[in-house]
Amino acid sequence: MLKQMISVPESAYMYWKETVRQMNHIGVGSLIIIGIISFFTGAVTAVQFAYQLSGSYFPPYLLGFVIRDSMIIELAPTLSCLVLAGKVGSNMASELGTMRISEQIDALEVMGVNSTAYLVAPKIFAALIIVPPLIIISAFLGVYGGLLAAVNYGIAQEMFEKGLLYMFDPFNVVIMLVKAYVFAFLIATVSCYQGFYVKGGALDIGKASTRAVVFSSILVVLFDYLIAVVMT
Amino acid sequence: MYWRESMRQMNSIGIESIPIVAVVALFIGAVTAVQFAYQVQDFAVPMYYIGFIVRDSMIIEMAPTITCMILAGKVGSNMASELGNMRITEQIDALEIMGVNTSSYLVGTKLVAGLITIPMLIILAALLGIVGGLLAVVLSDLMPLGVYERGLHLFFVPFNVKMMMIKGFVFAFILSTVACYHGYHVKGGAIQIGEASTKAVVHSNILILLSDYVIAEILL
Amino acid sequence: MIEVKNIKKHFGDKKVLKGISTVFEAGKANLIIGTSGSGKTVFMKCLVGLLEPNDGAILYDGENFSQMTKKERKSIRRKIGMLFQGSALFDSMTVEENVLFPLNMFTDWSTKEKMDRVNFCLERVNLVGANDKYPGEISGGMMKRVGIARSIVLNPKYLFCDEPNSGLDPQTSLLIDELLTDITKEYNITTIINTHDMNSVMGMGEKVVFLHQGYKDWEGSNKDILQSKNQLLNDFIFASDFLKALRKGIDNVG
Repeated sequence: MLKQMISVPESAYMYWKETVRQMNHIGVGSLIIIGIISFFTGAVTAVQFAYQLSGSYFPPYLLGFVIRDSMIIELAPTLSCLVLAGKVGSNMASELGTMRISEQIDALEVMGVNSTAYLVAPKIFAALIIVPPLIIISAFLGVYGGLLAAVNYGIAQEMFEKGLLYMFDPFNVVIMLVKAYVFAFLIATVSCYQGFYVKGGALDIGKASTRAVVFSSILVVLFDYLIAVVMT
Repeated sequence: MYWRESMRQMNSIGIESIPIVAVVALFIGAVTAVQFAYQVQDFAVPMYYIGFIVRDSMIIEMAPTITCMILAGKVGSNMASELGNMRITEQIDALEIMGVNTSSYLVGTKLVAGLITIPMLIILAALLGIVGGLLAVVLSDLMPLGVYERGLHLFFVPFNVKMMMIKGFVFAFILSTVACYHGYHVKGGAIQIGEASTKAVVHSNILILLSDYVIAEILL
Repeated sequence: MIEVKNIKKHFGDKKVLKGISTVFEAGKANLIIGTSGSGKTVFMKCLVGLLEPNDGAILYDGENFSQMTKKERKSIRRKIGMLFQGSALFDSMTVEENVLFPLNMFTDWSTKEKMDRVNFCLERVNLVGANDKYPGEISGGMMKRVGIARSIVLNPKYLFCDEPNSGLDPQTSLLIDELLTDITKEYNITTIINTHDMNSVMGMGEKVVFLHQGYKDWEGSNKDILQSKNQLLNDFIFASDFLKALRKGIDNVG
């Protein structure tokens, strides 16, 4: 599928227009869910880590440090992308599946449009452009959620902020972005593949979209581990 | 009839989700171990703490939450598209005309199946997550097996397991009802089925994390 | 004109087309008829290249489509319009954007030229005032019209229609048939239509090809059908008791 995509576009404008539409679809459509989820993930992590450590000898300001690093290294990229696999991945698969079943893809082919390039490439590009900023937003909101929850739990805000600034390693942000690009690519390609090759009827579109979610989730955690091993 | 349908659902929710839950849990456990080791390498934290952290993170947070988010993507979207497809192909109308109570026959059985199987899947996820952490630690030569095991026995609080089970039941309830609601009330055609299944995933994910926080606040 | 020479297609062991040869002339509505499973759809998909035939040749005005490179095929495809069974309109686009799509993709006309052409085509299919509606919001008959408008927007030389009447009421079917016949005459298009609607066959079939189990069993014009002694064709065309009675009446008068 990826090989078929490489060809001269018929009209660059049309491809750009489709890419923008997809960016809007993926980005704006997912902003709210990513926002809410990151906020609560940060909050939960704070409450639970505070609880987990309450019996041990960690100083309380470490909470801010732990939240910041957990969000950046693991929770923001992985959790967001698992959620995106559920939302964007299933969406891409069912959109392409519907186009396949209702012969819209055949219609493009008969017109002489390279349907793989026109339908799949803009989705992958849009995902690569829009997912990393979503992850960055997610990291910020997660830390903010952690801060509010920690204050609520009885930890002084200054303490938390001290932890936030403690031993910041910019390399962690690099890890986060690498994960973001890899996951975005995985979700988009897996989901497009599942949707593009649907055969049958409406029920099969549902199955393809479930497969898209399942396979991209598995690949996301698999690559999460591989990246963690290679980069840390 | 109802029992048979519940069994069928338990098979499709429970048995068919074992592979994905297992794979995800193994890798989440492994990642947690590797990254915790990396995060604390500059501190004077004893190595056996990794076992303790992996165990508690898996039980309190990762096993119930991540598993249920994955299940929202797999089982939830499946339930929504199955019911949505039955709705638009008029199968639900056909059942109604036969005099079957469709909400209890189609939705009730899914809910029961979800409440029975999902907590079991979460227990499996917690165990496999701990195994995943163990494998990662041993494979990357971070520490000997014995040290990790020592961490596993450290500060064990049985209450955490109870919390995991409470989360399991609440999340199972959320994802079955949300998914069935969106699927049952589909109007239109194939595109609307896709939309319903996406909505099922999105709304259950949000509600799962929201209740995750609420449960943590109340119980801790 | 499209010439088909000994087309064969099989899926695994299942032989669907067992050697079909025929000629479709320009300015005529050419109908392909046959029972479900007779290979009509596969035949049409082979003609437009959505499926590759295993043997045989398809000549578009003398040019061998089967042996063309990808690039040559694309240039032929720009001259092909196709109306799909379910219309295959792009759901994410309005009626206007659907018809505009091929122009945006393949021409470098100005916006005004493109819009003029779109409006002309929509008027041609008697669809005015629905420009901003989405495919989900219009009726099946309207969707077919949009499909026709989209397939003729680039002035095709060849027009393929896969069961243009499926899912339409008899009156709307008739209107669509008339529209297709008119467009064929007006622009001298080679039109090829897959159908099992007997009204269409008798009304517009200047050339009818009858497929049976992967073979061409009969061909001729709609007028020839009444004279034909081909048993399979008669069973297919005059399937209902009503039509059988009608046929008897015609025979008696004749």
